[in-house]
Amino acid sequence: MERDGGKTLSEREFIIPIGPQHPALKEPESFLFTVDGEVVVDVEPRIGYNHRGIEKAMESRNYIQNLYITERVCGICSNAHQTAYTGAVEEVGSIEIPERAKYIRVFMQELERIHSHLLWLGVAAHEIGFDTMFYYVWRDREVVMDLLEEVSGNRCNYAMATVGGVRRDLPRDKYPKWHKMLDKLAERTNYYIKVASTEKTILERAVGVGYLGKEDMIRLSGSGPNARSSGVPCDIRKLTPYLIYDEIPFKHIYVDNGDVLGQVLVRTLEVIEAVKICKWVLDKIPEGEIAVKFNPMQRLPEGEAVYLVEAQRGELIHYTISDGRNMPYRHKIRAPTLGNIPSLVERLKGGYIADIPITIAGIDPCFSCTDRMAFYDEGKDKTWTWTDVELSKYRKEWYSR
Amino acid sequence: MSILTWARTHSPWLIHFNAGACNACDIEVVAILTPRFDVERFGALLKGSPRHADVMVVSGSVSRKIRDRLKRIYEQMPDPKFVVAVGSCAISGGVFQDCYNVMEGVDKIIPVDAYIPGCPPKPEAILDGVVKLLMSAGY
Repeated sequence: MERDGGKTLSEREFIIPIGPQHPALKEPESFLFTVDGEVVVDVEPRIGYNHRGIEKAMESRNYIQNLYITERVCGICSNAHQTAYTGAVEEVGSIEIPERAKYIRVFMQELERIHSHLLWLGVAAHEIGFDTMFYYVWRDREVVMDLLEEVSGNRCNYAMATVGGVRRDLPRDKYPKWHKMLDKLAERTNYYIKVASTEKTILERAVGVGYLGKEDMIRLSGSGPNARSSGVPCDIRKLTPYLIYDEIPFKHIYVDNGDVLGQVLVRTLEVIEAVKICKWVLDKIPEGEIAVKFNPMQRLPEGEAVYLVEAQRGELIHYTISDGRNMPYRHKIRAPTLGNIPSLVERLKGGYIADIPITIAGIDPCFSCTDRMAFYDEGKDKTWTWTDVELSKYRKEWYSR
Repeated sequence: MSILTWARTHSPWLIHFNAGACNACDIEVVAILTPRFDVERFGALLKGSPRHADVMVVSGSVSRKIRDRLKRIYEQMPDPKFVVAVGSCAISGGVFQDCYNVMEGVDKIIPVDAYIPGCPPKPEAILDGVVKLLMSAGY
């Protein structure tokens, strides 16, 4: 039997396609699993269902209009994308943002981290069939959603960062209330850490599932909590601090488990750290302006910039080139999930079919961030995906013309 | 009200289809299942298979690659079936209008019964949309 990549199957193996619409997957993506009985032998991810053409669209919109489109790369990491985008643009334009704006950006980023990690914890509990915990976690997550709504006016897509600062201030009279809400989140998260590390229902489905060691993880260039669960210290906030992260005291979280339990622990412990950072920001935030003026028609000087942000899922890279107009010449987004797919494939191999959902959910995949490329033939009205072999073949043909 | 309509409108099973959304609408759709909003009080349950579902909740601006899948999933649903378009993207393409890979709206592909605006709509708005749909179906 011939497959796309040109591999042949033995008689014992067969292929199960999963996706793009499947109850185990919340997003449109597709995987071809080669299985031998119950054991997964090979995995071929197919992405691109969520490709919308964002990078191309950004080239025809000005720097302020692009704020809205970068935010909607992904609704869960919207603030991370905005932080990275505005950071890159400000670096090209040498715009110095006020100190208070930096604190507010960090505050939003950490609130978003809490919301995303709790969301993941609920989804992971759902994937292992522990729906009670899913409902509990999502009930407690509403606290941080309320907090986000109170700060920004929206539950997702906050539109807080802008080029030159932030849009909205944090009103000082609300701080005591927010401290209380953050305390509640920390208390509940501590409870979930206790549940996750002692409850037999979770341990049975988490310990040793989707294992990947530290050397393999470094070789496959994973990032974020996915890599930190295998003992790789790779937090961008510690390695190359941006905004004010070099001043904030917080722990660099990583564990050696390498399995799904490790991912649960890394994410829940990060929630605790994020709560601490939020409380630190509320205590230390200086007075002052929240933004410097930036005109939508303003042109930026020629230049290029790379900005790295530790998004909830890992290392997020925005790269922008300006050619002196009021819109970017090219803007490249590299989302963390793309870097995590090779390690996900390795995690899935050798596991059981029943563990596929939790292993995929384990890296907290975000395919709306990842899908930056798809093939579409306008004349024939068809779409397809290519493997690397086909892509390199095409490259050779193209250049030998 | 016939007993058939009564039975159908009191247990609408949902299927959620992400047609190239940014996840914001999707997490709000999942949020309506959770204790604070609790769509189950209207008899609604989220189902995995389109063959079990009565109402399809679609979010996202329908990329070209997902278009045929969307049509296929819709055709697999048994009659009578309803489609709810959640969010600006599903209604008109939202901020992704004029992007080369975007179909600008679910109703270009399949008939839509209810539109819920917002980017993303609040869970309360989604609940309201679902209830209004049930009312129009004879709840």
